[in-house]
Amino acid sequence: MDSGTWDGSAAAAVTDDYDFLSSTNDAELLKRAWRTEKAAPEILQFEAGLVDRSREQIQLVEETLEELMTSGSDPLTVSLNQMDMDRTLFLLRSYLRTRLQKIEKYMVHIHKNTELWNRLSEQEQKFAKRCIEDLEEHFEKSVLSKLPDRYKSSVKQSVISEEDDMVPEPQLDTYVICRTKRSLGALQLDNSGIEDPVDLDPGDLYAVRYKSIKSLVYSGQVELV
Amino acid sequence: MASPSDPHGSDFSAAELEFLAEDETIEIVPNMRMDPLDMTCGVFGPFHPQIATQVPMWLAVALKKRGKCTIRPPEWMSVEKLTQVLEAERDSQKSFQPLPFHYVETSRLLFDHARDDIPDIYMVRSLIEDIKDVRFHKIGSGLEVISQRTAALKLENLTAMEVNIVRPFVVRALQTFYKLDNPEITQESDTRANRRFPAANHGPKRPLKRKQTFGFELYTSLSGGPEIHELLTIDTRRTDNRYLFQVWLGFKVVGPALPERSGPLGLGWLDPA
Repeated sequence: MDSGTWDGSAAAAVTDDYDFLSSTNDAELLKRAWRTEKAAPEILQFEAGLVDRSREQIQLVEETLEELMTSGSDPLTVSLNQMDMDRTLFLLRSYLRTRLQKIEKYMVHIHKNTELWNRLSEQEQKFAKRCIEDLEEHFEKSVLSKLPDRYKSSVKQSVISEEDDMVPEPQLDTYVICRTKRSLGALQLDNSGIEDPVDLDPGDLYAVRYKSIKSLVYSGQVELV
Repeated sequence: MASPSDPHGSDFSAAELEFLAEDETIEIVPNMRMDPLDMTCGVFGPFHPQIATQVPMWLAVALKKRGKCTIRPPEWMSVEKLTQVLEAERDSQKSFQPLPFHYVETSRLLFDHARDDIPDIYMVRSLIEDIKDVRFHKIGSGLEVISQRTAALKLENLTAMEVNIVRPFVVRALQTFYKLDNPEITQESDTRANRRFPAANHGPKRPLKRKQTFGFELYTSLSGGPEIHELLTIDTRRTDNRYLFQVWLGFKVVGPALPERSGPLGLGWLDPA
């Protein structure tokens, strides 16, 4: 992987990641996951723990709400709690939907690559598999079976193609807008080495190439906006 | 905003930005008594009449709608502060004043839902409008610095809404310059882009001319001035699996941006018509 490199000071940053994470609640984390997932061009690791916890939380609130309603407590409190729950629900749905959209778009590419495939949750993997099968079947029935032998593949332009050249892939070269919470030290933005390393000042926004910061996105040190 | 050729939906909608802004805290003065609210996003309250407390914006608006509180506009939303910011914005052509990340959304929410809680609302409103205009104008002219050697762009003190609006332009401009700097990538991603319409090498074919124009509308509307008429056009022509790239800035070919290694076909002029 030719992701950008950064110098040793980042290692120190990782160690206080724990303090940072523990000081943030799940609502914050979910918002962050949603934002990052929306802004990143490729599919990111599924936040299994976070999604589970959020689900449980929502269920808990639902139960509490029912109790509150039957016990005839203040309707204002009930409706405010309801709003709070709706917001979490929205985030969770939007997060999952954003992922599904990406999966639908890059399913074959994701399926080919073990690393990417493992980023999906079990249900997402099931979904992607079904999707690929259905799409292949559809292509087969509607078009491909009627084409000459050379053009029968759904992933290759023709038999002379060496690789699967009809599989949409995410553009990792694209630029994203990001922000760091802490100083990460000098960041090499270009692999050519010509570019001077850039210091990303904490709190400021930068438009940088996704490829060069993706490892920092994975580790949560850089937030996409 | 995003062009159809860049459909990966990384843009946030205005409503989504407002949603994020609604999590910012704001001070309210309740007029009722209520126990603390234990929410997923934190514990707020207890609420006592006339005692100010901090709550997220959405909660403040919900209470306000029911007539249960008054909202205290944040400090930066005073006529005095805003006048200072506006002056400073006008004085400096290069830098931006630090403002809350969601200032556009926050002020909008307050104007919509808490008009009676904002002193001098008309003044405040027009000041914020002015600040917004000055900043957008500066962003427009500031983006001219993007060039082929731009590896990263620092967007100091820009706020959520502003970033979101310039995102499609910034991303595609940087991407294009990056591609032009690295012809091998250009080729590769261009093949990819053309995969969906495989002209391949079967039978005679018309030279396929694809013209992508971007940035123009946004650029002119942002900068407003007649002095800027940069139209960055990339014309991709496929001829026998070789690609020709021609780049114009305005009506002038920019020397260094033309990839010399682009192949034996060489580069030609094309009328800017």
